[in-house]
Amino acid sequence: MFTFEELKRSFLVSIWFVFLTFPIMVIRVDSIEKTVQWRWMNMVYVAIGSFILSFVFRYMMQRKEMKSEDNGDGDKKDKTGRSFIHRWLADPKYRNAILGSLLAAAIIFPHVFSTYQTSIMTTALMYVVLGLGLNIVVGLAGLLDLGYVAFYAVGAYTYALLYHFFGVGFWVALPIGGLLAALFGILLGIPVLRLRGDYLAIVTLGFGEIIRLVMENWGAFSQGPSGVSNIPRPSFFGIDMSLDTALVYTYYLMILLVIFTIFFVNRLQDSRLGRAWIALREDEIACQAMGIDKMKTKLVAFSLGAFWAGIVGVIFAAKTTFISPRSFTFIESAIILSIVVLGGMGSIIGVIFGALILILLPEYLRALSEYRMLAFGAILVCMMVFRPQGIIGSIRRTYTYQNRKKADGEVS
Amino acid sequence: MLVIFLVWKKLIKLITEEFMKLNLSKKLIAAAAGLMLVAAAPVAGFAQDTIKLGVVGPHSGDLASYGLPSVNAAKILAEQINAAGGINGKKIELLVEDTVCDAKTATDVATKLISDGAQIVLGGICSGSTKAALPIYKDSGILVMSPSATNPALTQSGDYDNFFRTIAPDDAQAQLDVDFALDKLGYTKIAVVHDKGDYGKGFAEFAKKFLEESGKAEVVLFEGVTPGAVDYSAIVQKIKKSGAEAVMFGGYHPEASKIVTMMKKKRLKADFISDDGVKDNTFIKVAGKFAESAYASGPTDTSSNPLNKAAVAAHKAEYNADPGAFYENAYSAVLAMANAVKVAGSTDLDALKKALQSEKVDTPVGTISFDERGDAIGVGFSVYQVQDGVFVELK
Amino acid sequence: MDYFIELLFSGLSRGAIYALIALGYTMVYGIIGLINFAHGEIYMIGAFTSFIIATILTILGFPGLAIILLAGLAAVIWSASYGYTIEKVAYKPLRHAPRLSALISAIGMSMFLQNYVLLAQTSDFLPFPQLIPDFDFMEPIAHIVGSSDMVILVTTTVVMICLTILIKYTKIGKAMRATSQDRTMAMLVGINVNRIISITFIIGSSLAAIGGMLVASHIGQINFYIGFIAGIKAFTAAVLGGIGSIPGAVLGSVVLGLTESFATGYVSSDYEDVFAFSLLVLILIFKPSGLLGKADTQKV
Repeated sequence: MFTFEELKRSFLVSIWFVFLTFPIMVIRVDSIEKTVQWRWMNMVYVAIGSFILSFVFRYMMQRKEMKSEDNGDGDKKDKTGRSFIHRWLADPKYRNAILGSLLAAAIIFPHVFSTYQTSIMTTALMYVVLGLGLNIVVGLAGLLDLGYVAFYAVGAYTYALLYHFFGVGFWVALPIGGLLAALFGILLGIPVLRLRGDYLAIVTLGFGEIIRLVMENWGAFSQGPSGVSNIPRPSFFGIDMSLDTALVYTYYLMILLVIFTIFFVNRLQDSRLGRAWIALREDEIACQAMGIDKMKTKLVAFSLGAFWAGIVGVIFAAKTTFISPRSFTFIESAIILSIVVLGGMGSIIGVIFGALILILLPEYLRALSEYRMLAFGAILVCMMVFRPQGIIGSIRRTYTYQNRKKADGEVS
Repeated sequence: MLVIFLVWKKLIKLITEEFMKLNLSKKLIAAAAGLMLVAAAPVAGFAQDTIKLGVVGPHSGDLASYGLPSVNAAKILAEQINAAGGINGKKIELLVEDTVCDAKTATDVATKLISDGAQIVLGGICSGSTKAALPIYKDSGILVMSPSATNPALTQSGDYDNFFRTIAPDDAQAQLDVDFALDKLGYTKIAVVHDKGDYGKGFAEFAKKFLEESGKAEVVLFEGVTPGAVDYSAIVQKIKKSGAEAVMFGGYHPEASKIVTMMKKKRLKADFISDDGVKDNTFIKVAGKFAESAYASGPTDTSSNPLNKAAVAAHKAEYNADPGAFYENAYSAVLAMANAVKVAGSTDLDALKKALQSEKVDTPVGTISFDERGDAIGVGFSVYQVQDGVFVELK
Repeated sequence: MDYFIELLFSGLSRGAIYALIALGYTMVYGIIGLINFAHGEIYMIGAFTSFIIATILTILGFPGLAIILLAGLAAVIWSASYGYTIEKVAYKPLRHAPRLSALISAIGMSMFLQNYVLLAQTSDFLPFPQLIPDFDFMEPIAHIVGSSDMVILVTTTVVMICLTILIKYTKIGKAMRATSQDRTMAMLVGINVNRIISITFIIGSSLAAIGGMLVASHIGQINFYIGFIAGIKAFTAAVLGGIGSIPGAVLGSVVLGLTESFATGYVSSDYEDVFAFSLLVLILIFKPSGLLGKADTQKV
């Protein structure tokens, strides 16, 4: 079954991992009580686990090598090179059926499931929109933004503070939050125009942290670490709603927002702007050489991405009725980035799937919630190593030449 | 409503049309997908004849040592009460949920508990996350009693009429510590430091206010430190320069132990006075010899109270260890709530409130009742000092 | 004036700690162009390993000096192993992939390691024994520079000198410089590039491990999260000084440490981190390659 060579290598790998994880996994000390606890079972688990995993790893690497030799993508393809999900969607018959049943499911969802489930689904939908927003910046335009959570915070705090100081309602605050976040997007974009790749990532990370720290420390303005509470939920023409109804209402709002966002981003991708972004992502210098205004393109990317984050921020503040700087750390940015990466950078469907998986799965697997962040990290690494295009990679707009026989018999 | 209904009909028609157009295998897939959604709906809970007591707090993470003892208290008491026949014949059912002291998780947990049918709630532990979740409980008319959330606004603002607690609020704590520093220790220059967190900064702000109001001392420094920083020597040097005779710190034990360690290392001779987030044995364990002679305020020691002794003994019997932070307060809270339910004959919020405010209950923290804002009458704070590696109450 | 000196030494102490970690970041970036987000976690693992070994040795009754040396050695060995393994698992397969992929993989690795230690050990704050005793001769200035401060400063200086000698005068150093200049060419002249990269990771991780042990002893406690914050700061320092440049990493660390210290001392401790990050953002805007970095010209 397996060659002796492979068995030997896996055995050595397993021994290495036992050594590597020995202090952390096997030993636990209590320096006060002066006791040492030896957990030998862990060692056995590590040994067996790493033995098996090394086989899996080697197999996946071999598959990767072979794939990269033919067409560099892991999906089953048809002639036009599109994976089967995209084929389904392109065909109007299937598309209507799928979308229709999804819509129906989405509408009856709150009536079938409990309020708690609806609340979770609403959170997942918020992350879908956040993912789509970041997708514009990272996936389409190729600008690695590690401080995306800053715009989310701007939106949330806009609503919270406008209500706190001026009694502004949800619907008025919604566009203001979005626009203010977009403004911040431009403010961030201007200084980083000249930076590439890694430096851009670092500066955006710094920016995200600065926003959070300012919110935390400027107590007079942002109420500091105690946060802002008693933020009202979204209202429906001023009718007072109970908790349940308000949550269901928020859910429907999110569904509408998701549909709007998908529509918007989809159209954007096919527009001139979208193509400019893709060009920017592929090769900045060539893009400049083609006459695309790099500065404007980047700024629009940042501000549009920020706009969506701001809108979701306002909804977040309204949904949880309490915000504090602790909700807007770098980890949030990392989670949203994971969603985009997992789903496939630039691919709308992929991002949606990524968000649903990464947010819903931990909720339903509450028993394993301890391992959630561990799994996040592992997923990121594995996805990048084995399937960098994400679950559902984005399709490139390609033009296929149909073989036509010309009048005089030539094939063009 | 009519609009929605019409749209709904149209949609159904559309879907069925599309469905008919599909060939068989696609139909099967679509039908299966539809069934899965419906089948996954949770089975409707039938009416239970139990009293559902929610227990919320940090049960994992770095603040778990503050939350787990309350869970133990609830478990022990629930067993005892159920063995004696329950409350008015109904048994207590515990719904334990972990909030990790995070505001957002606490709100999700609140929603979950409400849909699970919780009728009364023990918790939360941290003021910040409790504040975040209270509006949700309030909207559903659920009584919430906390053994440890000390932020004064929770009862004093009047916003949360469903909230009670079996511990004195922070301003009482801050007042006590300030009085101690001014009168007992006789200091005139005090530096106030906090960990920039909701609880710590709140305590620090009260301390500053009382110090300034007293006119007897000068607040020479008021600053926050970043939790988790690599090095605290800069702030310690700043404290030294300010000439402070004492440092009042608002926050939890991890930062407190780091600061106290650095103070001793930099030979800063000021006294260290802190809040009940620091009056925890973990502080002494982590800071070791550097914790010596530090002061912290905490709930008054009621270990001589016979009920307290019995409660501690029960914990030892069940878990083979001494109870941790806020155990007595949680135990007392459950007793008070159980008594209120018995007297009121239901879990209706108004009835429970009346019962809590009129009844006196014997608990491990004393014989207590509640005032109209939700604070407990009969509990207070004392100042403790670390002497020879243990917290000793100073009378 | 006294106050100024105190703050100065505070800042230098901090800077030295950041330097030990920043050197790792800068070396890895110089050689494979990757920001190793997981480096902070290696520092944390070094602290944990030294804690475990030190406790065991204390229980067994070893003398103080032996404990420090053996715990330090253990930390170095294990951290180096982690560094080596991480490189092989998460970065080597991505060597020819776009930079973004490797960066994301690094972030994922960082999250994984943090939670791995959290789950395998504990989320509590663990008291770290004071491994460096208070030297008597330091007593008069102990309020400015403590014993452990001095040890940290001395260690960092020694390490930096050794590293510079390694890079400038040894064969391996030459190979490292060659690989960072042009990897393909280095391969063509017969340098085992894989080995050099692994060695770089090993050296960087060892430095972080030593830093972890020293800081843990200085502050007195460890926790699974310390790597994150120290990592971000050290990383800021490395970028500040010019990522890819070893003297830059040390200079950046010192500048950052002093900035934080003086910001706390003369302005307010509240905004300490804001100062640090703002400094980073400003330097990157006006001099993207950092203080000592070389301007990177992009070839078309």
